[in-house]
Amino acid sequence: MSGKPRLHYVNARGRMEPIRWLLAAAGVEFEEAFLETKDDLKKLQTNGDLLFQQVPMVEIDGMKMVQTRAILSYIAGKYNLYGKDLKERALIDMYVEGLADLNELITSNFFQPADKKEEHLATVMDKATTRYFPVYEKVRGHGQDFLVGNKLSRADVQLLEIILLVEESKPDILAKFPLLQSFKAKTSNIPNIKKFLQPGSQRKLPIQEKDIPRLMQIFH
Amino acid sequence: MSGKPRLVYINGRGRMEPIRWLLAAAGVEFEEKFVETKEQLEKLVKDGDLLFHQLPMVEIDGMKMVQTRAILSYIAGKYNLYGKDLKERALIDMYVEGITDLMQMVMMLPFSPAEAKAKNLASIEEKATKRYFPVFEKVLKQHGQDFLVGNRFSWADVQLLEVILAVEEKIPAVLSGFPQLQAFKTKMSNVPTIKKFLQPGSARKPPPDDNYVATVMSIFNLN
Repeated sequence: MSGKPRLHYVNARGRMEPIRWLLAAAGVEFEEAFLETKDDLKKLQTNGDLLFQQVPMVEIDGMKMVQTRAILSYIAGKYNLYGKDLKERALIDMYVEGLADLNELITSNFFQPADKKEEHLATVMDKATTRYFPVYEKVRGHGQDFLVGNKLSRADVQLLEIILLVEESKPDILAKFPLLQSFKAKTSNIPNIKKFLQPGSQRKLPIQEKDIPRLMQIFH
Repeated sequence: MSGKPRLVYINGRGRMEPIRWLLAAAGVEFEEKFVETKEQLEKLVKDGDLLFHQLPMVEIDGMKMVQTRAILSYIAGKYNLYGKDLKERALIDMYVEGITDLMQMVMMLPFSPAEAKAKNLASIEEKATKRYFPVFEKVLKQHGQDFLVGNRFSWADVQLLEVILAVEEKIPAVLSGFPQLQAFKTKMSNVPTIKKFLQPGSARKPPPDDNYVATVMSIFNLN
């Protein structure tokens, strides 16, 4: 046992990606055990390794943690990326939950029927630019480098992750958000994050259409 | 301004109910402002009161908090219902998230199309009795304590009781294979703040009916 956290998931972004981002931003090295077949998942289930029979699961500090939000909260708390008090944590939580909603909207696009995909994506991009990004652009008006408390937190990491994700679908999405553009540039240059953004890191590639049947087969 | 938290939502359970439960369990009195029309919601958005243009919203300690989980975490932290350290918090978070997944299914049930209702109800029963309740039955059996985490009342206990009662409303015999949960339900229901919340006339909202569904659909433009 190396003592490093061990991530159990498929070899794809999915629900594990925000966890990879946060560990990387915290400078924590981690291992990954990829599920490749349905049997791999069944084995974890029958071994009693998955509290609610689901992945993601992260072995960390003697626990087999499940539930993405629980895992992210634990990592953020442990590595001081959760603000300095309850009120800062409340702000971080609000920002992070908004980003999680946007993330769900984006990833749900993959599961739309082919003839609805384009229209759905347009709706998602509209929400990104009218509901979500304006909030963070306005927060950035405080002129500090980080969203909350003038210190790096999980909110900054998650915002960068979502910005990059949305840009993959619409490269000019930040055209009207100059403060988010500078946020993206600055945050991408934080050493741990810069390293994670380089090829060869544990960051996963965007999901390809051709991978979907294989991944669906593991879970259904 | 009374200093009490002020809950802004529809007059029904929906996504606000877990917040009502947690405040009540913590012994915190609160006020409610009910949104009854689309126009009222639009005004809140226009006035800049809703960070992501959505409800629930809770005015608390000078903040206009949104996002159910953020609100619940804040209340749990403030009123010492979140365990004594990071590891207990991790356990509470895991339990609460699992319960929330089940609760979500119950919450969405009234909005299912008529032809899918029976199937969705069966799905709730299956998940409750095969995936979620066995976990908590085992936790309680293994440590033999009254509360789920750290031998102390926490957010996880409140949320587990809430979901047990919500599922029982639809499937009355759902706890028949779970003696620990039956005992848990009795004990938690008798915690004074919770007992008070379970009595008629409290802020607890009734199960969703057709009227509630119609109100939600019209306010949130879901037609």
